[in-house]
Amino acid sequence: MKRTSFSPPSENGLSEFGMQRRNMLKYFGASAAIITIGSACNKSDDTPSNGGVDLGTGDVGILNYAYALEQLEAAFYLQVVATPYSGITALETEYLTDIRNHEVGHREFFKAAITAAAPTMIIPSLEVDFSTINFADRTSVLSTAKAFEDLGVTAYNGAGQLISTTGNGPVYLGLAGKIVSVEARHAALIADLITPGSFANTTDANGLDTARTPAQVLAIAGTYIKTKIDASHLPS
Amino acid sequence: MNLQNIFSQIEKVDPEVYDRLDTRRKAMKDFARMSGKIALAAVPLAVASMFKKAYGQTPGDVNSILNFALTLEYLEAEFYNNIVGSPGYLTAPAAAQNELRKIRDDENKHVIFLKSVLGAAAVAKPTFDFTAGNGSGTGPFAGYLGSYAVQLAMAQTFEDTGVRAYKGQAPGLQSNRVALTAALNIHSVEGRHAAHIRQMRRALDAAIPPAQKPLKPWITLNYSGITYSPAADMAIQASYNGEELTTQAGVNIVGLGGTYNTPGAASEGFDEPLTAAQVLAIVDPFIV
Repeated sequence: MKRTSFSPPSENGLSEFGMQRRNMLKYFGASAAIITIGSACNKSDDTPSNGGVDLGTGDVGILNYAYALEQLEAAFYLQVVATPYSGITALETEYLTDIRNHEVGHREFFKAAITAAAPTMIIPSLEVDFSTINFADRTSVLSTAKAFEDLGVTAYNGAGQLISTTGNGPVYLGLAGKIVSVEARHAALIADLITPGSFANTTDANGLDTARTPAQVLAIAGTYIKTKIDASHLPS
Repeated sequence: MNLQNIFSQIEKVDPEVYDRLDTRRKAMKDFARMSGKIALAAVPLAVASMFKKAYGQTPGDVNSILNFALTLEYLEAEFYNNIVGSPGYLTAPAAAQNELRKIRDDENKHVIFLKSVLGAAAVAKPTFDFTAGNGSGTGPFAGYLGSYAVQLAMAQTFEDTGVRAYKGQAPGLQSNRVALTAALNIHSVEGRHAAHIRQMRRALDAAIPPAQKPLKPWITLNYSGITYSPAADMAIQASYNGEELTTQAGVNIVGLGGTYNTPGAASEGFDEPLTAAQVLAIVDPFIV
């Protein structure tokens, strides 16, 4: 996959590289990181790529990251509503249809917003892989839905700090905030459908939800996305 | 206060924290020495000084935002502390009582967490009047302790307001990545609470205006989904005004990508922020 944008190495390229290396070691394990970095050193730019669809850099990279996750969620709920699981109740149909509508709205919003902000940097439609999901089975569908919603919450919570403080950054953070609480509402509802009263069982000892880095999120989402995604140029 | 918790929290939101603090080994050594020598009461100060070292700033504006958040958490925590065990609460099904206790516990943890982060800078808990009477005890919600339906209506409003309040402050916390992420991690929990309380209200099916049914876990247009008394309804409506937005960053969500997004669905998919001034106006009647 050709990179759609290129930022020249900055003066402090070395320290940026050092930061990435630490992240790589943390998230991918030492040996994998050494191999990737080894090959990256031979390239003209100093950031390791995996050859997948490049989310890009800066705030647009974060918007593409969110767009990728919303594509996954929208595709999932479109399928859930199109082929309802056996024994689905009227209330469940109502809720899952609402969620489908919200996720399609999120997906299309990011598509429109990124196209307006940076038309050459938007990622294409991703190919999903739902082969591990049994759409006829309530447990399979709802447990996947819970995984996706909880993943979405941790992804947005973790991405907030990666958004720039200048330019449109604060606006983008505000937009991410508008969406993440709706993902949290979805997550709570789905959890309650599985086990009534489990709406906030994900919280830690301080009563807080958690945050995940893009690398952590994409490692989990990767099971359901056939298109390879390169998040290596995202801010960290 | 559990210092280990704070460190694991910081580590979660900022995996680089130990690099900012020279090295992990040195940080852990400092930490071990610190916890061995200093009194528990001094720990928040020590944490603050580590924050300063790690992030090169003493969070001034950040503190005022966190104190704003703490004030809202005091409000929520005391509200749930009051209703649990009250006559109205005791009319609720056992499962619902358990769920309210779970939310009560979360809100009390938020208070403890924010106080521990703020340390000596933490504001004191205000005195509350949950009748919304500014201390008269005769506001529009007088008698809330006796009515489960009113308790749920108030809980829904507090949670939805909390979601909007945290959302409005997020950009102001951008200078401190740890504080921002912690606030986001609370923000989404308030969203979870709101979604659940709304389901509880739907199940109870009381005090919901027929024209605003079905009540959903998400906010449709600017519907509060609550009717109780004219004065109460007016107070509550301030927490929902502005939620009807269907255009985001210049993009009209209605009809986008097909027929999925009616104005109702388009408004549900995005929660809207409130400014600090809007939030303070909403909670003012509850603070003596």
